[in-house]
Amino acid sequence: MELTTFFQQLINGLQLGAIYALIALGYTMVYGIIRLINFAHADFLMVGAFAVYFFASFILTLTNAIPPIILFILGLIVALVAGALIAELSNRLAYKPLRYKPRLSALITAVGVSMFLEYFFASLPFIGPSFRAFPDLLKPVSFVVGGVYLNNIQLLDIGLAIVLMILLTFIVNRTMMGKAMRAVSQDKDAAKLMGINVERTITFVFLIGGALAGAAGILMAMTYPRIYPNMGILPGLKAFVAAVLGGIGNIPGAMLGGFLLGIAEIYATSYNSLLGEGIAFAILIIVLLVRPQGLLGEKQSEKV
Amino acid sequence: MRNSRKAFVVVVLVIGLLAMVVGCAAPSTPTPTPTATASSPTPTPTTPPPGGDIIIGCVAPLTGDSATFGKSTQNGVQQALDETNAKGGLLGGRQLILKTADDKSDPTEGAAGITRLIEQDKIVAEIGTVQSKVSLAIAPILQAKKIPMVSPTSTNEKVTLVGDFIFRACFIDNFQGTVGAAFAYTNLKVTKAAALFDVGNDYTKGLAESFRDAFTLLGGTIVGFEAHPTGATDFNAQLTKLIAAGPELLYLSDYYNDVGLICKQARALGYKGYFLGGDGWDSPDLVKIGGADVEGGFFTNHFSKDDTRPEVQTFVKAYTAKYGEAPDALAALAYDAANLMLDAITRAGSTDGTAIRDALKTSNFKAVSGTIKFDANRNPIKAAVIIEIKGGQQAYKATVAP
Repeated sequence: MELTTFFQQLINGLQLGAIYALIALGYTMVYGIIRLINFAHADFLMVGAFAVYFFASFILTLTNAIPPIILFILGLIVALVAGALIAELSNRLAYKPLRYKPRLSALITAVGVSMFLEYFFASLPFIGPSFRAFPDLLKPVSFVVGGVYLNNIQLLDIGLAIVLMILLTFIVNRTMMGKAMRAVSQDKDAAKLMGINVERTITFVFLIGGALAGAAGILMAMTYPRIYPNMGILPGLKAFVAAVLGGIGNIPGAMLGGFLLGIAEIYATSYNSLLGEGIAFAILIIVLLVRPQGLLGEKQSEKV
Repeated sequence: MRNSRKAFVVVVLVIGLLAMVVGCAAPSTPTPTPTATASSPTPTPTTPPPGGDIIIGCVAPLTGDSATFGKSTQNGVQQALDETNAKGGLLGGRQLILKTADDKSDPTEGAAGITRLIEQDKIVAEIGTVQSKVSLAIAPILQAKKIPMVSPTSTNEKVTLVGDFIFRACFIDNFQGTVGAAFAYTNLKVTKAAALFDVGNDYTKGLAESFRDAFTLLGGTIVGFEAHPTGATDFNAQLTKLIAAGPELLYLSDYYNDVGLICKQARALGYKGYFLGGDGWDSPDLVKIGGADVEGGFFTNHFSKDDTRPEVQTFVKAYTAKYGEAPDALAALAYDAANLMLDAITRAGSTDGTAIRDALKTSNFKAVSGTIKFDANRNPIKAAVIIEIKGGQQAYKATVAP
């Protein structure tokens, strides 16, 4: 492989990895606090993407004069809010009644919520199961550095993944709400006795997790401008692998896992076109066999 | 307790076996009927010989998720019959009557529909149906009854291989790859090409392989040939590899929604050459997803309403006047299929199935989608049109013979 091709593939891998990392962050945080693998997370992403789609289409029919950067920021806010709302709605309706039931019930419910969102959206007449073209929020700009092509959306993906990871680590480790989240993750009853409002804390976790999914949704839709109700399934599964790879519950781990997985997938695909798809799941099996706690996870229970 | 459970299992197994036997027997029940009537000399004698109407059948997906395909097909056939009726009918003034059946895109519905058209309506010929899977279900019934069938749009190679009464008006999938290669090599003067296709889809795979074979045969070089899994959204790895090999043209046989993403990602990776594809590109959403990056792309198609040949312009004008919208490729092919059949009936001089079949075999008909002759497998030998994406619209570029 030539050197420019090698670096081009590295950039491709980082871009794909950034998308996985963004999704994995939300997975891992919700798991870290309430020990729930929220399979519907990838569908919150889809809801976020559709919310921005309708919002941006509406704005663009009113005016074409809006500066792209303003449109993007407004779109991002819409995505964050839509993701947070759908996540909290799922929490209220589906997960809350099962809070003190066996953990398996909530897990199965998560699969149910995921399928409900996919098929409910596909059945809505104004959404439907087919593909939609996502409007250009930012004009794609390519530039060349030493023979390697980069573009603004790639950099945005990578940059935003890193910023959100730092922000999330800060919230969890340095704020009062973060402290409450960590307490709830260790022992719900003890946290209640210490005067922590457990339900409010969990709501907060879902709001942040959903907002992260919304952010992943808008970036994924901008990178691959084709959206449909099932758009979250495959990236969601791979992001889940990324979270496990990094150590589920561990925020920097999700980030690392996402980037490693993206890069591995791209290099495997460039070696053989059909190898890439399988590589994520091969990695999952190997990680579970060799290092079940993940790369950055600690043995036993790492609390976020 | 244990015994009763065992007995229950046995009962379930017996029921299952019975269901299998009945299930296997069911499809074979219709078969005796065709052979029985086929031996009595065809359905023709039941229609009064001179002066009676000629009944033409059309099975098409009139409802369901392909309803627009079915509607276009029905309109195209109706248009052809109406024009002939206006000119005084066929075989000394006999009028043409269209009888339709809805297959709902379902092979079982299609088989039931064609049986009803044959038994109740006594059709002498069948135009249809749209999808290959349904055509494959109705073709054996028509073959057994010795009633000729022309499918307008079933592109799967197997359809006409059912028997010698089964024809089609469209080219088969792989033909598009061959025409694409000819266009790339001869018209665009390209010598180095690469292809990217969906490995999980026989259509895109077949097109890419036939493009590769034909392009190599013409003297060009295939510098890269990469697959991607179904449902992929990130094609950067494959594209980086392909672009590094320096192709002047990328052959993309995917459907429009993948092609839009692929073109965008290829341009972002600095690719400057041509894009070329097949009729899977034929959707307004191609431009919505691909934007400026699909601009200048070419694809092969059956028909273009902007083709300047007089057959095309006359048809487009008449169809638009009648239905209030321009015909799509499905309507054009249905119109061609019906006219091929009517031409064969005229030359056969009768409505006897075998005579029509023999006349169809020697067709040399100036149709809307090109002059049609049939090869040994009853597939048409005809030209394809090349469409260019220009200013976000489809523009007619050229007609290319294989």
